[in-house]
Amino acid sequence: MRFITDRKTANGKGSAHSGTHEHKDMALTSIGLAFLMPTFLFIFGRTLGQPHEVVVATFGRPIPAIVTGLMVFLAMRHMMHGVGSVLADYTRGTARRLLTIFVNALAYLITAAVLYALIRMAH
Amino acid sequence: MVQFALPKNSKIRTGKTWPRPDGKNVRKFQIYRWNPDDGQNPSIDTYFVDMDKCGPMVLDALIKIKDEIDPTLTFRRSCREGICGSCAMNIDGMNRLACIFGLDEVKGDVKIYPLPHMAVVKDLIPDLTHFYAQHAAIMPWLETKTARPAKEWRQSIEDRAKLDGLYECVMCASCSASCPSYWWNSDKYLGPAALLHAYRWVIDSRDEATPERLDALEDPFRVYRCHAILNCTQTCPKGLNPAKAIAELKKMLIARVS
Repeated sequence: MRFITDRKTANGKGSAHSGTHEHKDMALTSIGLAFLMPTFLFIFGRTLGQPHEVVVATFGRPIPAIVTGLMVFLAMRHMMHGVGSVLADYTRGTARRLLTIFVNALAYLITAAVLYALIRMAH
Repeated sequence: MVQFALPKNSKIRTGKTWPRPDGKNVRKFQIYRWNPDDGQNPSIDTYFVDMDKCGPMVLDALIKIKDEIDPTLTFRRSCREGICGSCAMNIDGMNRLACIFGLDEVKGDVKIYPLPHMAVVKDLIPDLTHFYAQHAAIMPWLETKTARPAKEWRQSIEDRAKLDGLYECVMCASCSASCPSYWWNSDKYLGPAALLHAYRWVIDSRDEATPERLDALEDPFRVYRCHAILNCTQTCPKGLNPAKAIAELKKMLIARVS
């Protein structure tokens, strides 16, 4: 049995004074993706069914490469916070820490892979 | 991990079916029953009420059942006009105040449960201890640093108008009990009702503790578990908009770091 008042239970350990930056980041990446995602889909859609050389040439050009790079960077950043939020909702303790590390690592890996591919195509 | 399945002692069994009275306008009520003293699992009891001899609201039917059929049925009620917030319960799948929710709004059988995802004290009575403690935690009172004025704290008509849609909250807990984030994380997430009240004091022109109030709220769990799914707004029996209040709080928190 714990002799603890209801008020102390409700107050918990107090405020962490954090979370606002993540929330702001989610909002900003949402706005960014609202413009970047349709643009990327337009560029990507035009390359569908094209020969390999045409696709490489398309994404080797500066504007498609920048749009793709930015889109993936923002999308992965958005995913990190979004999935982090889902994990905070439904998981606890060590499971949450491990899953958060996994998701963040996956996001960085995908970003790095896409940026590397874009650099390769630009050469 | 969050527990999605009911524990064994919460699985609901079929309960007693009470005799059906004579009459043309008889409605069937299926009501959640649980008594902590008998050691049994919860059950759904079935009652029949002659609507020609019953008032128009769900609370009227509950009172009739308690008075004339089963005096052991337990529920909270007080004002019977949507002011006290006592009779909040889950009716026909939504959290509502039984006293201002008409039986004509329910199609088919009337299914009544206690507010979801809260510990049950007995039958339709949820344990609101933690809910009230969370309300107390947001300091629901005027905090001032300026010396008390001789007569009264003055407020412009415009500033007073900002409190409309906030002060009317009767703390019935319908909104918090409809929020999945509150279901999973009620130990840390304050929930829509407490946050609506927090915003009410933050925007009160006479209150001088806004930084302290926002400091206390800035936490990944206390406020940011709200994902704006608007269940709270949809269910509020008083027609208030807790989700908007939470969004305004988030905007104020963002403004501090921008």
